[in-house]
Amino acid sequence: MTYSALRSCLALGLASALPSVAFPHGVDLVWLDRTGMGADGTSAAQLESLGEDRFLDLQLGSTHPLPSQAQMEIDSLSIQRWDALALMHHRDSLAKIVDSAVGDSAKTVARKALGDWKNGIFAQTVERHLLRDLYSPDGLRERMVWFWGNHFSVHSAKDDEQILLADYEERALRPHALGRFRDLVMATLTHPAMLVYLDNAQNAAGHVNENYARELLELHTLGVDGGYSQQDVQSLAKVLTGVGVDWRRGPDPERPPPPGTIRDGGFEFNPRRHDTASVVLLGTRIQGGEFEEVRAAVDLLCRNPSTARHVSLRIATCFLGVPPPPDLVDRMAKTFRKTDGDISAVLRTFFRSKESHAPGALKDPHRFVVGALRQAYEGRIVTNLKPVSNWINQLGEPLYGRLTPDGYPLDQQGWSSEGQMVKRFEVARAIGSGPGGLFEIAQGTPSRGGFPLFQRPFFWTWREPVLGANTRSVLDQAKSPQEWNLLWMSSPEAMRD
Amino acid sequence: MTDPSNLDMHRRTFLKLLAAGGGALLWPRSLRAAVSLSESDPDAPRLLVVFQRGGCDAASVLVPWSSDDYHRLRPNTAIARPDPADPKASAWLDDSWSLHPALGDSLLPLWQRNQLAFVPFAGTDDLSRSHFETQERIEEGFGPDIDLGGTSGWISRLVGLLDPTSGISFTADLPVICQGKADIPNLPLHEVPKAPFDARQSELLERLYQGDTLEATVKSGLKTRDDIAKMFADEMQAASGRAISGAGFEQEARRMGSLLRRRYRVGFVDVGGWDTHVNQGGAQGQLANLLGNLGRGLSALRDELGEAWPSTLVVVLTEFGRTFRENGNRGSDHGHGSVLWFLGGSIRGGRIHGRQVRVAASNLFQNRDFPVLNEYRSVLGSVLGRHLRLDRSAVETIFPGSSPDGSMEI
Repeated sequence: MTYSALRSCLALGLASALPSVAFPHGVDLVWLDRTGMGADGTSAAQLESLGEDRFLDLQLGSTHPLPSQAQMEIDSLSIQRWDALALMHHRDSLAKIVDSAVGDSAKTVARKALGDWKNGIFAQTVERHLLRDLYSPDGLRERMVWFWGNHFSVHSAKDDEQILLADYEERALRPHALGRFRDLVMATLTHPAMLVYLDNAQNAAGHVNENYARELLELHTLGVDGGYSQQDVQSLAKVLTGVGVDWRRGPDPERPPPPGTIRDGGFEFNPRRHDTASVVLLGTRIQGGEFEEVRAAVDLLCRNPSTARHVSLRIATCFLGVPPPPDLVDRMAKTFRKTDGDISAVLRTFFRSKESHAPGALKDPHRFVVGALRQAYEGRIVTNLKPVSNWINQLGEPLYGRLTPDGYPLDQQGWSSEGQMVKRFEVARAIGSGPGGLFEIAQGTPSRGGFPLFQRPFFWTWREPVLGANTRSVLDQAKSPQEWNLLWMSSPEAMRD
Repeated sequence: MTDPSNLDMHRRTFLKLLAAGGGALLWPRSLRAAVSLSESDPDAPRLLVVFQRGGCDAASVLVPWSSDDYHRLRPNTAIARPDPADPKASAWLDDSWSLHPALGDSLLPLWQRNQLAFVPFAGTDDLSRSHFETQERIEEGFGPDIDLGGTSGWISRLVGLLDPTSGISFTADLPVICQGKADIPNLPLHEVPKAPFDARQSELLERLYQGDTLEATVKSGLKTRDDIAKMFADEMQAASGRAISGAGFEQEARRMGSLLRRRYRVGFVDVGGWDTHVNQGGAQGQLANLLGNLGRGLSALRDELGEAWPSTLVVVLTEFGRTFRENGNRGSDHGHGSVLWFLGGSIRGGRIHGRQVRVAASNLFQNRDFPVLNEYRSVLGSVLGRHLRLDRSAVETIFPGSSPDGSMEI
């Protein structure tokens, strides 16, 4: 019986018939990999001592601190202290310098200063994300932050998104990553990053723009086959008129906002831009009014059975990397409906299922790179994240870099082309050849040593016993530690969960 | 989005496909080699498919200049009526249509030489107005009742018929249109590809995947990279030096042209950014910049193909056109009918093909969009059949259940 055949047995519920070699020390590495950004020594030991149920409780429970050095790196970032409004105000002051600069060369210098600053803020956003992916003990939460950032995808290159995404991730996505789906929809709906990206900032009575309304139905909630019509898109677009942005800080005493105005961190509901006519959405009448229309519409979308199914399908596809069995999706959707969209409960249904032990699929580029680094430098804190984001970018999955709002593919089929595989081998070589600039403190300073070492206790205790014969024999051919790293990271076992 | 993982194949079923002539999926060998494939034969027919992702605004590419409604309903985004004295005006093509000025320098000369044709009112029967649903449907190329969840695209089926080694996708990952039984390599050409591994390492990497589901993918991927890297290295060393020049998409297009001239017969590339909901622009602006880039790329591609240009057909398509009326933000929303572009050294260009209707507010589909009068599968089935010399059953394999439009003499 091969390893994958053993695994298939397990997925079919025949676990008791298995010899223990499939799961050294009782740890199913594939399942463990799925729960986060990549198994490592710490998480494997934890799973071994707690067992799957208690390990899951821990992952779905309250948050745990990052290693202090990683937390210090994060604390040193200015995005930790500046919210979206503050960043936009700073942007405005830099833009004013551009406007008032006299002469071409002065303008060029000022424009470059603005551009560099925006790039720097976005680089910090990526850096913080990667530090948490690499070092957070709460792997499942981090994976869900990525998942929701992909589900409610925003592209960094549009308008001022580069400086809005830090706040979007921190205030809209992260607090609700394991919470209630409806809260997540409301949080993204009231965040400037989403309203700018899908043009709802421009959607106003008499100037309707249906871009966001359509994607809210098609991508975020019901799904394309969820049973809505073009008329529903138009109704929802009307409900969403006046839901936009306003960058003023505090009320202007000269011109107080009209009653019914809501402002929060750059988000604004402006009743003057809102069309108050009643509409029929998904067969239900939404009484014309102000922002309560939006809440009523979001309730309607989130309680629609198609949403439970669509979101469950997306989550299961993400964790399995292949189209999930319909029966599993049904069970998750049932949990979703029963708990009014409790994401943790849906995840529990998934991770307690026999299907969550199914054979591993090809990781997406982000988890391929992050997972490799978690093993190669176990616990040693990378201080320069630039090479890490470069590797992920080269493989075609930059954070917040999806041009279209559908997000990156969740099915491994999207990442298994010839070109992708060869590029992965090249990135494997780059990661495996040495620390590069990973431990630079400032750009250009000499690196403080450190070699990517995969052959640690984690590898020998949990990984090595389940390697295929092919991989073993190829690894034996390695002529140098660098080549061993290339071959290990390129192997089917390392590429997959 | 259309989730490729949707197992129940919503609205369409695999069984229907089998009933509708799915035997064609078995790639009958007798249909192969319909095309001569000697490596540098300039006369062997070639095909490049360019997909504009995001829904390109048909009425800005092929401007219905004689329609008063067009100018009235697009106060900010209409392109001006042809006027030789005005560089911002569209370029006259015939009594109804004109060309966007951003395409004037690059593509008008091709139109004048009958090497550029358009089919307006083209598209699908899909009414979801969803980018992702409609793109997947177009890339699959099946009729309305069939969906294989993105596992079989029409370029893959076409390449399977011609020669499984004749196709390539110039993209970082493999799009649905190229997925299927025939293994199509993919390689983006933003930069000149270099050989990544020596022979020994390549062999070890291949061995890692022996017996794995990705065995063929890995093997072919390493070989493709090696072959293409070598080809470009030779090219740069050659004394005659057809060095690739230009920037951005133009440069990529030249590299594509080089590979289509020397090695491949069927290519695919996609270009994004066409979803112009806000500030679409008119003669200048967002959409004009995109069109300008694309036009210059296509013109560079023709230069690079050189003596192979007469045997080449380029098809430019998009998932749907956009609303005929400008929206509230000087942009346009998702519409229906689009326009197909055909370019090639020996096509019957210099004219507008296919069924047409007078462009007017009263003739809009759902009082909103251009109607679809020329279903894309019947147009492409007919045009590709003629160009690639495919018989009826081959066309049936590529576009099952379609009825090639015999009147489409492009």
